[in-house]
Amino acid sequence: MADATDSSDPVDALLATVDDGDVAFDGLRLEPVADGDDGRFALETPTLDRSTFGRSELRDVLETVEEYVTNWYYWQGDVGGEGTARRAFLRWCERAPVVGEAVTAPSAETTLEANRTARETANGTAPETTAEADQSLQVPQRQDALRDGIDREWGQLCITARFVDVDEPDGVRVYDLWHVDDADSDVADLEVYDDPRTAREIATTDEDGRYRPLKTAPTLPSGWAFTGLSGDELVETVGSVYPATIANWHRERLGELDVDHWLETAERQTGIYDVVDELPRDAVEWMADACCVDSQCLRRREWEYEEGDELDVDGGDGPFPCREPCSLVVAAARKWAILESETERTYELELTTSEFNQLGELIDAVAEGRTDEIREADLGDGANRYRARYLRAKRFDDDGLEARKRPEEY
Amino acid sequence: MQALVVAAHGSHLNPDASDPTYAHADAIRETGAFDEVREAFWKEEPHFREVIRTLESEEVFVVPLFISEGYFTEQVIPRELRLEGWDPEQWDSDGTSATEVTLSVGDANKTVHYCGPVGTHDAMTDVIVGRAERVTEDPDVGEGFGLAVVGHGTERNENSAKAIEYHTDRIRERDRFDEVQALFMDEEPEVDDVTDFFESEDVVVVPLFVADGYHTQEDIPEDMGLTDDFRLGWDVPAAVDGHRIWYAGAVGTEDLMADVVLERAADAGAELGDAIEIVRAGAGGSVTEPADVDGTAGTTKTGD
Ligand code: SF4
Repeated sequence: MADATDSSDPVDALLATVDDGDVAFDGLRLEPVADGDDGRFALETPTLDRSTFGRSELRDVLETVEEYVTNWYYWQGDVGGEGTARRAFLRWCERAPVVGEAVTAPSAETTLEANRTARETANGTAPETTAEADQSLQVPQRQDALRDGIDREWGQLCITARFVDVDEPDGVRVYDLWHVDDADSDVADLEVYDDPRTAREIATTDEDGRYRPLKTAPTLPSGWAFTGLSGDELVETVGSVYPATIANWHRERLGELDVDHWLETAERQTGIYDVVDELPRDAVEWMADACCVDSQCLRRREWEYEEGDELDVDGGDGPFPCREPCSLVVAAARKWAILESETERTYELELTTSEFNQLGELIDAVAEGRTDEIREADLGDGANRYRARYLRAKRFDDDGLEARKRPEEY
Repeated sequence: MQALVVAAHGSHLNPDASDPTYAHADAIRETGAFDEVREAFWKEEPHFREVIRTLESEEVFVVPLFISEGYFTEQVIPRELRLEGWDPEQWDSDGTSATEVTLSVGDANKTVHYCGPVGTHDAMTDVIVGRAERVTEDPDVGEGFGLAVVGHGTERNENSAKAIEYHTDRIRERDRFDEVQALFMDEEPEVDDVTDFFESEDVVVVPLFVADGYHTQEDIPEDMGLTDDFRLGWDVPAAVDGHRIWYAGAVGTEDLMADVVLERAADAGAELGDAIEIVRAGAGGSVTEPADVDGTAGTTKTGD
């Protein structure tokens, strides 16, 4: 944490810090110049050409570029954590230049972050640079935007970063968080919370009260809001809803995401999961299609079958990556590995054309999670409950669907 | 900065499985002893695999919320955490005496103190006795009472029985209960025959499990004859063959478990200030009251 915390006044804090060396942050440059004994300082911002001042004048001049000073104070004093995922995420929240982004202004966050940025930009390894960089805001623009609030989306979360004091901003930000579906709702209509731990309960069940074993499934219930969170609290709350997403997103931006592909993950398993590496290549494809696409999971799948052997299924578009098959997918893979060890057989059964099509409709309705939406009397839908019961009454015997197995030698 | 990771099994099917993990972690958070406290799971998120990277602290204490040394503590957790150079021999344990190993991890620049499981710590003995006090609502329970400590048995893991016997012996040495007996689900002496092993009319039965689930809420109550159908619930105490059985449910739901987690971290060198005193003073209840049995516990077999 910077010295800035030692003083509650941003200007005092900045003056104390510059005594120990140069300050270069988000467009603000202030450095001691060796010129006489009483100390002079060179100050520069994008709107103020480099000029030197004595200590006594400097205080007054700094008042005129207050937005740069309070911005510095918030990031170096309140947030701190240089190089951490937490800091990068909070900067992303207000569209400030972040690690891994090309920044246009040369005077953006220098130090470690900008060095990394430069290195990655040079290597071309930084992900999603240009699109994001075009949107990143410099201090004066952010100053205006933070009065109104800057919105960002993180999975099904909508995050607003804003100044606590809109009339006379002192640099201090707070964050509001709610469901994207509630973005247009009046806060008065939502359940409002301020304890990050409440998020854990919200994320446990879906709208229908069913358990959500996969936290990044797009089934987060709506109707709630967290308001006035500090930066630390925001990160904690997001971490409860989507665990480890910020850490992996940050690693990806640094070009350091450690992806474990399917085969590596599968071969690592032991005990009852020892079998999962027997899952055929095609089945892994079907599995990714079943579990990992955006309609089922908001993590963007970055793992493939193995290094150099990509799956055809789309990995998704989410902001945060999935770096290895999750425990739910590994558990599902065990089931499929066992099922796929059976040999295929040919069955003969009698169905009308409509009944055959109805089987397809039934599978489709379950796969899309649509069964709850089918109206009671919608007999036109093959997955309607009466239609399904009728088919069962007609085509099932005691063992289920009536069919003849073709002899094995066929 | 120092962080605590409470490493638990969790469940894909039953949201209640992780309630004790969160409750104990929250109790420790309240003490402020750690800069960061994180839950991590095998079956929930964050996964063991990804928990270390979510921490800013350089010093991390990992305490497995498991009952015994075995498959999870020796293979799964170290592998998933990427503990470098891990070998179960480093614990130099006889099956119940693992304390701590200090290692680095493969995916972050941190020092990890990998601790033995909560279930084999000496402080666990007090939690079992505390559980008996709570279910009988008698802080001095002992005289005239038998106590049964119940575990899986050796089928899954030989050390599981050792942990049960370890605490049974320690409680017996205290001479507090008239009789103390270890019982198992899948080996002799079996929990099914609980009344055969006690002369005392009153018997407290404490399952040494970290969370309530299929075994503690379905299997054991039915096997002991507390109820014909777990869904209908059972009485505490329940009359079985002329005995009164005080069934306590999983010991892991007891508040005092947070103390055991802290003791593990302290043994591994964590700076705790007065956290242990705070947690002990605050431990006046449990995540689920033992008598809170209406048969609606949403328990489901996970089998893994
Ligand atoms: S493995 Fe698939 S389902 Fe699991 S978190 Fe990753 S993308 Fe989502």
